Amino acid sequence: MPLPSATEPGRPGPLIRLEGLTRLFSVGDQEVRALDGVDLAIGAGEYLSLMGPSGSGKSTLLNVLGLLDRPTAGEYWLDGQATSGMSDDRLADTRQREIGFVFQFFHLVPRLTAAENVELPMLLGGVPPAERRERARQALSGVGLGRRIDHRPAQLSGGERQRVAIARSVVMRPKILLADEPTGNLDSASGAEVIRIVEALRDQGLTLVVVTHDPAIGGRAGRRLRMRDGRIVEDARG
Amino acid sequence: MRFMDRNRLALGSLVRAPLRTAMMLLATAIGVAAVVTLTALGEAARLYVTDEFRSLGTHLLVVIPGRNETTGGGPPMVAGASPRDLTLDDARALVRSASIERIAPVIVGEATASVGSLQRTVQVMGTTADFRTIRGWRMAGGEFLPNVDLERETPVCVVGALIGSELYRGESPVGQWLRVGDRRCRVTGVLAPQGTSVMVDADQLVLMPVAMAQALFNAPGLFRILVQARDRDAMAGAIRYVTATLRDRHRGTEDFTIITQDAVLQTFDGILGTLTRALAGIAAVSLAVAGVLIMNVMLVAVSQRTQEIGLLKALGARRSQVIGLFLYEAFYLALFGALAGLAIAAVVLAILAQLYPDFRFMPPVWAVAGAVLLATGCGMLFGILPARRAARLDPVAALARR
Ligand SMILES: Nc1ncnc2c1ncn2[C@@H]1O[C@H](COP(=O)(O)OP(=O)(O)O)[C@@H](O)[C@H]1O
Ligand SMILES: [Mg+2]
Repeated sequence: MPLPSATEPGRPGPLIRLEGLTRLFSVGDQEVRALDGVDLAIGAGEYLSLMGPSGSGKSTLLNVLGLLDRPTAGEYWLDGQATSGMSDDRLADTRQREIGFVFQFFHLVPRLTAAENVELPMLLGGVPPAERRERARQALSGVGLGRRIDHRPAQLSGGERQRVAIARSVVMRPKILLADEPTGNLDSASGAEVIRIVEALRDQGLTLVVVTHDPAIGGRAGRRLRMRDGRIVEDARG
Repeated sequence: MRFMDRNRLALGSLVRAPLRTAMMLLATAIGVAAVVTLTALGEAARLYVTDEFRSLGTHLLVVIPGRNETTGGGPPMVAGASPRDLTLDDARALVRSASIERIAPVIVGEATASVGSLQRTVQVMGTTADFRTIRGWRMAGGEFLPNVDLERETPVCVVGALIGSELYRGESPVGQWLRVGDRRCRVTGVLAPQGTSVMVDADQLVLMPVAMAQALFNAPGLFRILVQARDRDAMAGAIRYVTATLRDRHRGTEDFTIITQDAVLQTFDGILGTLTRALAGIAAVSLAVAGVLIMNVMLVAVSQRTQEIGLLKALGARRSQVIGLFLYEAFYLALFGALAGLAIAAVVLAILAQLYPDFRFMPPVWAVAGAVLLATGCGMLFGILPARRAARLDPVAALARR
């Protein structure tokens, strides 16, 4: 498998490059290799799906890619920068600006309205209130929820909640969108709608990594990875 | 993160958990209310006592038999075993100074007073006409004691307002007879109601010439000699003169004590000020207890909100932002608790003021400010641990918590 190199002269390096990435968990006196020497390069604007049996390390890989988790060994270059030396604050700032997350269980704050949930990352980033409100409104319109901005999560269906979460994940205009089984908790119609929205975002230049169990969804990606026991065992394109 | 946003987030999560919030507010409120109320009580006592003695006037000195060993200390309320009594001759010897305006010897005791079949126990004070001038007491009717020689046992007396109304059933006592112990005296005047002043309830008092009181109690010694200096500047000279004269008359021993309003005020001020501060200290402990409670409830809150914290971190919240959020919550809890405490204290003190109109229940400014500062300080101090715990949460594990 040929690896595009970050140091290749004359061409910009890949957005994401992993080398020998390993993540160990110790459970009692046992060690679990959630990631076992993963090498991977992802170019800007690529659309990847990540499949594999439960426990194969998909979520762990996504968490490391999203800078929520640090590898035990190996290196992760983001935009040509090694992340292993970054401080906690630097990682937090990078998460805020460069990376969007969509989770299986939506993770909306129940006491906040849809718009306020979408505003959260901008609030942490110190975006002025007026601009924040406008951007949240636009982001919600973009996922077809322009008329639901003052609803609380409890007043929304599962598919609508996930769309709020998607709006929140892209409102800071990140480069990368990471989705961990975004349709895992949805019926197939809502799931299809969510995938349609995510793919539309990708068309605007977002780099997209979707973890899924559904082959129909996974098959839509331009590049399809399969994992087993913490390793990437298949990397198909086209 | 912007200041207002942080406020909104912190306040929002307080509103969302009303029971928890109310509990912490109450704990802080009780602590603050305790500090403010107790110091107001101490302060009321101090003001009451100092007001009492302030009524003595600035150029009065009081001579008491017996030596008070604690120099500069409080007035010896129990005049111990006095080696030598103060006598009427001692008193008479004091008028001869230019610094001294007038003097009044005082004897006190208890006796049974009766008019016909009505009788009651009264405080008897033997003194002279000048006593009224020195103390500034007013008459409701009739005359005060006559200006007679100190040794004359003139059988006259002046009664307090309450005695007048109780023993004479609404009739004017002036000109009537009053039996006091085994003596009889004609009432020449009634005092205007004045309440208690310097521990003496003037309304229940029977005043008579000093010689008559000596005979009544069969005791030659004086209880006090009141000495009024010509003015404030003459005080030092008056004290020197009284000291020298009495020491001379008592064969060189200083077996008497001179107290002045200033000295008494200073002493009481000191004692009661210390008392107030001690009360404040005790009450402040309750604020620390409130702080510990805030800490525990916040720790529970952190574990209840683990997912939310994980989410904030996933969205790019810095460690310091998470800490800030929880500290803000603690700060607001403590601040609102403190304000509620001030309100409670105000109500309690208003009720007390109704019940005890003689006292002024005003918490000192330092106690109010200190209680609020201490409460918010405690709240934030004890908020640090939960806030740090929240900031240290691993976002992956926090999000995975269901
Ligand atoms: N925090 C953790 N502590 C211990 N083991 C973990 C932890 N997170 C994941 N694992 C283990 O790592 C392996 C990979 O997990 P995960 O990445 O969640 O798999 P997937 O998402 O593919 O189902 C599993 O064996 C899992 O039990
Ligand atoms: Mg998973």
